[in-house]
Amino acid sequence: MIKDKVKNRLKEKIKDWVVKNPRRVYFTIEKENLKEVANVLYKEIKMRLCTITGIDNENNFELIYHFSFDKTGEIFNVRIFLKNKNNPEVDSLCDLFNASNWIEREIYEMLGINFKGHPNLEHLLLNKNWPKGKYPLRKDYTNE
Amino acid sequence: MSKKKIIPIGPYHPLQEEPEFFKLIVEGEKVVELEIEIGYNHRGIEKLAENKHWDQVTFVVERICGICSTSHPFAYVLAVEDLLGMQPPQRASYIRMIIDELQRIHSHLLWLGLAGHFIGYNTIWMWAWKAREPILDLFELISGNRQHYAMMKIGGVRKDIDPQNYQAIRKTIKELYPTLKMFEKVVKDDPVIMKRTKGVGVLTKEYAISFGALGPTARASGVNIDVRKDDPYALYDKIDWSVVVLTDGDIYAKILLRILECLESSSIILKCLESLDRIPKGEIETEVFDIPAGEGIGRVEAPRGECFHYVRSDGTNRPVRHKIRAPSFMNVATNLVTVCGYTISDAAITLAAVDPCYCCTERGAVFSKSGKKILTGEELIKLSIEKTEKLKRLYQKQNKFNFQNKNI
Repeated sequence: MIKDKVKNRLKEKIKDWVVKNPRRVYFTIEKENLKEVANVLYKEIKMRLCTITGIDNENNFELIYHFSFDKTGEIFNVRIFLKNKNNPEVDSLCDLFNASNWIEREIYEMLGINFKGHPNLEHLLLNKNWPKGKYPLRKDYTNE
Repeated sequence: MSKKKIIPIGPYHPLQEEPEFFKLIVEGEKVVELEIEIGYNHRGIEKLAENKHWDQVTFVVERICGICSTSHPFAYVLAVEDLLGMQPPQRASYIRMIIDELQRIHSHLLWLGLAGHFIGYNTIWMWAWKAREPILDLFELISGNRQHYAMMKIGGVRKDIDPQNYQAIRKTIKELYPTLKMFEKVVKDDPVIMKRTKGVGVLTKEYAISFGALGPTARASGVNIDVRKDDPYALYDKIDWSVVVLTDGDIYAKILLRILECLESSSIILKCLESLDRIPKGEIETEVFDIPAGEGIGRVEAPRGECFHYVRSDGTNRPVRHKIRAPSFMNVATNLVTVCGYTISDAAITLAAVDPCYCCTERGAVFSKSGKKILTGEELIKLSIEKTEKLKRLYQKQNKFNFQNKNI
């Protein structure tokens, strides 16, 4: 039921809709639509942002926003791809909910993805003196 | 207006068992702003997991936390099982639930003790930790370890619970019940606890939702979320139990909620034991050979809230990406609003009220009077094994009579 609601509300913004099992849904959106989609899921349908997973896919970056609908236990995984590997950028969701503040900071320092509009995009877990341009979770990262 | 001053708590401070840095900005006695700095404990486990075999990761993630040590491997094996689209045998699920609930009781009691200690009520501290000790003995009896039980495994559990030990578990849980009831009464009656915690460090429902607060922190503020009910894993949907939700959002509600949850957990454990008696013995795992390409999500209700794991496989023997989100990551940030507006003396208990992960994994070392260590690591391990065996013999001796009767 909630799946239909999400589908009807977001319509053509959804691409590659996959229902892996009744409680795990994956779909892709364009990164320009992120704010709007997050707004619909959080404000209208009352979902909760579990976390964001950032992945380095060699030729692009992938971000998965895990939204949980707690009444039925479904997780809607919203996928976006950042094709520009040299300057990956996406809108911050901080003005929508506080939860994304630390999550985005972690992804920023681990993968080097820039969240536009984030109020305080600083290191969260890594030391302040961590060398610039070194991102531990990128696949080309070496320990030297 | 008085001048603003900064009071640092941390990164190493007697009030904290783990390094975190809180910068309290105060006006007189009142805290007006808080800055949190974390990362002193960052160990890069997500990166480490990418370099380990699927089975090894189970034991690496167990080391993330020393208190809720089973929650991470549990969430991880659920994520891999979600990727594979498989279900472990019934028996394995019940054993997982027993471990999970025992852990919840020991974790909540540990926190209750610390909370008592922070408000200067050391009697609670000693009582709570005394009550927690038999639970750790149970863990030692079941898994061989007081912490880091290493019970989880992709496809099932590593070890069966010996039916001879059911009685010991039942006995301990039943003996714990009156103690928990006593704690409930103490918290409800005691004027000191009332005064120190009622109406202090309030997290409103709106903030709880906005910060994405989880577990007891959210449930004490009236947000009804519990992964065990919402997205039932293992066999939580097969037994009858209820979620505890309180509405005040203050420290008092958080204390009371955790005690009530312990009572609920005790009844879950007893119900799981009943089920274990009914189902066939020995089936504790489904063997898993290959992990195909794909992705999976596993989440469990750790004592502190939802523990979230995401794994992705490309078909090789290592995960390409393993994302871990522990509940404290979301909960600690709520301090930004709960500490402000109250006095400095309230800050200690408020900062501790979300139950940030403290580590208590070290076992004892023996020193001579001159301060020289007289036991080596190997000797300690030997002693530990001897103690486990002694515990087993003790429990079995106590229950011998019952077992003999049962066999007839």
